[in-house]
Amino acid sequence: MSSSLFQLAYLLSAVLFIVGLQKLSSPETARGGNAIASLGMLIAIVATLLGEHLVSFEWIVIGAILGSAIGLIMAQSVPMTAMPQMVAVFNGFGGGASALVAIADFLELAKRASGLEVAHGVSIVAGVLIGGVTLSGSFVAFGKLQGLVTEKPVTYPLQKTSNFILLIAMLAAGTWLSLSAPAGGVDVFYFLIGASLLLGVLVVIPIGGADMPVVIALLNSYSGLAASAAGFVLENMSLIISGALVGASGLILTGIMCRGMNRSLANVLFGAFGGGGGPQAASGGGPGGERTAREINAESAAMMLAYARQVVVVPGYGLAVAQAQHKLRELGDLLGRKGVTVKYAIHPVAGRMPGHMNVLLAEANVPYDQLYEIEDVNPEMADTDVALVVGANDVVNPAARDDPTSPIAGMPIVEVDRARQCIVLKRSLNPGFAGVDNPLFYLPNNSMLFGDAADSLGALVREVKEL
Amino acid sequence: MIGPLLVGVYVFVLAMFVGWQVITRVPPTLHTPLMSGSNAISGISIVGALVIAGTASDTLMTVLGVAAVAMATINVVGGFLVTDRMLKMFHRRPSGDRPEA
Repeated sequence: MSSSLFQLAYLLSAVLFIVGLQKLSSPETARGGNAIASLGMLIAIVATLLGEHLVSFEWIVIGAILGSAIGLIMAQSVPMTAMPQMVAVFNGFGGGASALVAIADFLELAKRASGLEVAHGVSIVAGVLIGGVTLSGSFVAFGKLQGLVTEKPVTYPLQKTSNFILLIAMLAAGTWLSLSAPAGGVDVFYFLIGASLLLGVLVVIPIGGADMPVVIALLNSYSGLAASAAGFVLENMSLIISGALVGASGLILTGIMCRGMNRSLANVLFGAFGGGGGPQAASGGGPGGERTAREINAESAAMMLAYARQVVVVPGYGLAVAQAQHKLRELGDLLGRKGVTVKYAIHPVAGRMPGHMNVLLAEANVPYDQLYEIEDVNPEMADTDVALVVGANDVVNPAARDDPTSPIAGMPIVEVDRARQCIVLKRSLNPGFAGVDNPLFYLPNNSMLFGDAADSLGALVREVKEL
Repeated sequence: MIGPLLVGVYVFVLAMFVGWQVITRVPPTLHTPLMSGSNAISGISIVGALVIAGTASDTLMTVLGVAAVAMATINVVGGFLVTDRMLKMFHRRPSGDRPEA
């Protein structure tokens, strides 16, 4: 009787999660949506505390205080540029918690030497496997993004083969556990835990730093699937539903990131892309000496910008590295006051995770209705007087569109080369992440403003003010 | 009648479809808050963590339970707070100097 009441409370929490996610469809309702989702979580927690016949609360309080303090400090102190690392860490903890739920359930059964139903065994194995991979894989991703582990792909002979053999061994162990009584399987179970953690490390280390956005989105999906698996273990529908929502979300974002780079998921996971050494690094157009890139100074650039009708700004991760978002917004505002229409073109992989650049610009007070997706802004390029590229490279490389032999061929780009004039703010003519030469720099309608992005934008702001 | 496992599978598949429908409507500009927010939701495994910590009968279970509660709480508390911190920053242009949409 009262147990169905608690089940209804879980259902209510799942409904609130869905409503909360629905409200993320617009920036105006998104904050309320997040509050609704957190209310759903509160209801689920209260239902568990009251309805699950818990006997002691002191350890719960200790764990909760510890977790809340760490979560609070991290959430308040993380700089927006480090958001990808932090989401990676949170993914890892989510996966870890789900794996622990499955582990505790198994050990409890093993202690009582009670038989394991096949379905229950499969759920436990899935929880441990997905949760374990999520935990260790996320921490490797964190290490790569934070610069603690090399960003370069780590490769060694027979890498894929050995990972595959490990996976097969894990599946065999999992099948054996699911089909046999747990009493004799504790050693095999410990092997499964260790192997899951090892596999998470091994599958993420060969992936280059530039591909981390895809990895984080995928691990996001796994953290949801791990929660679903824990839901199957506990036969709790709320966990199954919530995990499925997150699983779907992560998969959608993974797909968007892959399309943004025109790469298949398999290529991202196994391609060891961005090593900087590959055979493609040397190719891409004739020798640099034959072509000349036109240099421009801040004064002339400011003139071009201030007398334009429409300016499209293309920010890249270099902008964030130089911490120049605020200077860029200042320039945008100045131009806006001079009657210039300023639009920001945001490439899906402009930042280090899906939507990262939008958050960085929002932090600098750029209104979100000035941000455009590339499919909306590309048709306007021919009517754009000046395209201003700040700290971006591969996402504006016309070779992706024109040269089928380019390593980034087919990647969607912001077509700044079709604007009347293009100004690129960059330190040097060096290639970007993909190690590909950029023919844009040598086009007749392109000029280079060399220097640190923050310094160059500061100079542009000064010059525009003086006009 | 169908067993609890099959009910779970039904619920899982249908929830995936709901998730797909709802999340494809989230604009790219909100994809980072979507990730951190959905991440907080995946902290729902706190429900299982509370049960372990609250019914633990020996040291091993207690350790597992406390670790699970702590990890899930970091995920939930940190995830919702950082999402709110980001969403607070999103502003429209002040209506006045907005040309046409």
